[in-house]
Amino acid sequence: MIQNSNRVIKDKKLLVSAIKNGTVIDHIEKGNALQIITLLNLPSEKKVVTVGLNLPSKATEYKDLIKVEGRELTQEEVNEVAILAPNASINIINNYEVSKKFNVEIPKTIDYVVVCPNPKCITNNERMETKFHITQNDKGVNLKCHYCEKKYNKNEIKSYNS
Amino acid sequence: MQTNFKGKSIISISDLSKSDILHIIKQAEEIKKKPQPNMLKNKVMASCFFEPSTRTRLSFETAMERLGGQVMGFADGKVTSAKKGETTWDAMKIIGQYADVIAMRHPLEGAARRASEATNKPILNGGDGANQHPTQTLLDLFSIKESQKKLSNLNIALIGDLKYGRTTHSLAQALTHFNARLYFVAPDSLQMPNYICEELKEKGIKFSLHEKIEDVVNKVDILYMTRIQAERFTDPTDYEKVKNVFVLTKDMLAKVKPNMKVMHPLPRVNEIDTAVDETKHAYYFEQAENGLYTRQALLALALGKIK
Repeated sequence: MIQNSNRVIKDKKLLVSAIKNGTVIDHIEKGNALQIITLLNLPSEKKVVTVGLNLPSKATEYKDLIKVEGRELTQEEVNEVAILAPNASINIINNYEVSKKFNVEIPKTIDYVVVCPNPKCITNNERMETKFHITQNDKGVNLKCHYCEKKYNKNEIKSYNS
Repeated sequence: MQTNFKGKSIISISDLSKSDILHIIKQAEEIKKKPQPNMLKNKVMASCFFEPSTRTRLSFETAMERLGGQVMGFADGKVTSAKKGETTWDAMKIIGQYADVIAMRHPLEGAARRASEATNKPILNGGDGANQHPTQTLLDLFSIKESQKKLSNLNIALIGDLKYGRTTHSLAQALTHFNARLYFVAPDSLQMPNYICEELKEKGIKFSLHEKIEDVVNKVDILYMTRIQAERFTDPTDYEKVKNVFVLTKDMLAKVKPNMKVMHPLPRVNEIDTAVDETKHAYYFEQAENGLYTRQALLALALGKIK
């Protein structure tokens, strides 16, 4: 009986600290993990998602971290994540080992996923997809709506199409 | 390299390069000098005004008629299927099958860009919400050049509602091509938005913020006035405080540069005293007239009748 409960505890620990197969998104700028979860629509998939907020980081003092069991991000999804977390490292895990490392690359445009914060933008009033042009300067990542031409920094983007 | 405007939509001033802008102005000058009453014979312009407008609509329609073309369309979105829930994409796809060129105004921001994706006929944006009004900016630049005999290295003051006014945003952005020194005169709550100021800094354009017309009036070549709208203020007393501060009167022109011209996209309410009209500095009526030539040039370019 004691052996049994020990095994359960050991398994639980494993579940949090490592994943067998899936994706680890590490070195997310503090405060951005929840937005990434929304962006990738992770809660809807019934996969196990582990989130770490405000974890200690050597490079930036604090960081966020996301682990998704049983799902491999595509290059397109990685690029979408890059808008919110340009310095993130994204690793695909296979049987507890890193099988693939993605180079995060901010895309020039992003279609569909970002909702324009401007209520008067045509994309919020008619059935159509959104499109944003992405630029990056020393102050961070900026998104310009292809339609209403308003510019936003990544923190001003509040919702995503799932 | 010179853009070929045939079939090209004019949606946003930011789509146009410096050479595009200069080319359009040159064509407008040519048409002003030499009218072309048959240039667009047998061509049809759809005039699609989903939102009411007086000057822009009449100016587009007159421009088409004065080039020998024909006009069909509507002056109020309430009479269209938009009211039934039809999308802009559907509406413009169909109208594009009837017309050779489309002039449009729409209350939603980005509607003109969307329309240009629905049809292969050129769209001339006559205003999409608070976003863009490129033909206004082009006629402003034409009028600045006409009145000053040059476009580069001018001192230009933009006055009034700089926060919400799409005209002043587009003009400031366009003037980055011409190394203007800009003066922004507005109440603190209606000053030029940060994103425009950042853009100007990135492009090395000098500008400064002011709260009184008197601070800049004697320094500038162009005084570009705009209307401050009462509905922009949440507190009516704030409007009362500023409504008479941003009014240009004749006595304020006593020591201005001799070449200084006053411009205004119109309609004005009380921000330019009518006594200014009779001075040599008033240029807003010529400016409005230049809208006709600018739109003629754009129609002829978009339909490939001039290159």
